[in-house]
Amino acid sequence: MDNNTILCKGNDVIALAAIRCGCDGYFGYPITPQSEIMEKLMEEKPWETTGMVVLQAESEVASINMLYGGAACGKKVMTSSSSPGVSLMCEGFSYLAGAELPCLIVNVVRGGPGLGTIQPAQSDYFQAVKGGGHGDYHFIVLAPASVQEMNDFVDMGFDLAFKYRNPVMILADGIVGQMMEKVTLSPPKPRWTDEEIIALSGSWATTGKPSGRRENIITSLAMDAAVAEKFNEKLQRKFNEIRRREVRLEKIKCDDAEYLLIAYGAMSRICEETVDNARAQGIRLGLLRPITLFPFPSEQIAAMTPQLKGILSVELSAGQMVEDVRLAVGDKTPVTHFGRLGGIVPAPDEVLAALKRTYLQNENE
Amino acid sequence: MKEEIIIAGFGGQGVLSMGKIIAYSGIMQGMEVTWMPSYGPEMRGGTANVTVVLSSRRISSPIVSRCDTAIILNQQSMDKFESSVRSGGLLLYDPNGITKPPARKDITICKIEAAEEAAKTGNAKTYNMIVLGAYLKKRPVVQLENVIKGLKKSIPERHHKLIPANEQAIHRGMEAVR
Repeated sequence: MDNNTILCKGNDVIALAAIRCGCDGYFGYPITPQSEIMEKLMEEKPWETTGMVVLQAESEVASINMLYGGAACGKKVMTSSSSPGVSLMCEGFSYLAGAELPCLIVNVVRGGPGLGTIQPAQSDYFQAVKGGGHGDYHFIVLAPASVQEMNDFVDMGFDLAFKYRNPVMILADGIVGQMMEKVTLSPPKPRWTDEEIIALSGSWATTGKPSGRRENIITSLAMDAAVAEKFNEKLQRKFNEIRRREVRLEKIKCDDAEYLLIAYGAMSRICEETVDNARAQGIRLGLLRPITLFPFPSEQIAAMTPQLKGILSVELSAGQMVEDVRLAVGDKTPVTHFGRLGGIVPAPDEVLAALKRTYLQNENE
Repeated sequence: MKEEIIIAGFGGQGVLSMGKIIAYSGIMQGMEVTWMPSYGPEMRGGTANVTVVLSSRRISSPIVSRCDTAIILNQQSMDKFESSVRSGGLLLYDPNGITKPPARKDITICKIEAAEEAAKTGNAKTYNMIVLGAYLKKRPVVQLENVIKGLKKSIPERHHKLIPANEQAIHRGMEAVR
């Protein structure tokens, strides 16, 4: 085992990955179940090594606006929170998207609504994927299902954020945040130098105006409706390009599947075991795991419908992602939702029982 | 090979760290591992539990409803997890504080007087290592040399001088388990 392979908590690895990918600044406010992210950063003291800033802001509202300032300068900046804290940031999300600022936001989701529970949930899907803030915008939303992906998606998230000048969200949950697994850390990358930032983002970022070019202005304000419409059309072209190019998913035992589970994040891990248990009973079950929730793998799901007798969308929510599954599938295949609420996590056999109840009762009779 | 373990007891007994040492030992032996704690508004004296899965293959669910081994260190945990052990599995418990001993006939039930043994050593903090020794004796899923390597990885370097005491506690547990 090499020294970069360790046993690590999902939350802790977010902190380590941030330092190792050359992140310039983390701004956050503690909340369970993700407080370890900032605790780990404080323990690692990256300001003494890479020069990365780690700052506990006075609130989530302050944190997200610190991201706005850092991102406007072309820096790699991030925050993390959990559901109630993320709700507080939503105004900032809209401004970041409107100003086309690259940044990384981690939501380690807990049960809601309101203060809710600190136990794991996936009930922030709508907020993450459909908006949260106001206006026609999307985040790129990545859903890690393992501690390794918590590591990998930090660097990938920053890459996507800068490629599209758009905020990226890692939508995790209390399970992947709190569990420990074996993880291989990414090789460390240095932070960008001022020259590198100017080369990469100097066309838009506020990196200091040299003579001979106009000033770069970071704003989401467009008072003239005609200008605002043109800008919105440009944003939509960007989102369409993201839809075409950035869909990521994993298919498990789908080749001969007659029934399909669709689940993301920690829930997909539980469903993977459901697939094995079902196959042991002769049920041809597969699992499709969206890795990107925006863009959603609609085409890939639709392409599977000819072979399927039924789809069960499994979420730790009352049924949010299932709406996107229905949009993808139309009336070609029956789609049903199964979920547990308020922080309760179903066991693999509970998912199998739900599948049987929904689709296999008549066959058994 | 796959071993699903639930360890449950009071906060402060070293339940979570015992799980971490087992998980690290598994990694040292080249296995895949997951470690999933109960997390809640928990504190010293409250209940704490952790699920550890060791497997030679990729692990799907880190959460289990049935386990191969339950290590139970208080009555509340006995009430909650006795029924979770798979038929043919192992239930290892410390009788200290247990008012209703396990009654199942379809599993192997073992006792480790870990509180008493720890008191004899004069170091109550070795409690969880005595329990770990008892577990390893009954289920040698990881080799002792890998457990020692796992200990080195789980314990901060400034505490490495305590490793021999922990190793002795593991041996004590191996001898004391019934």
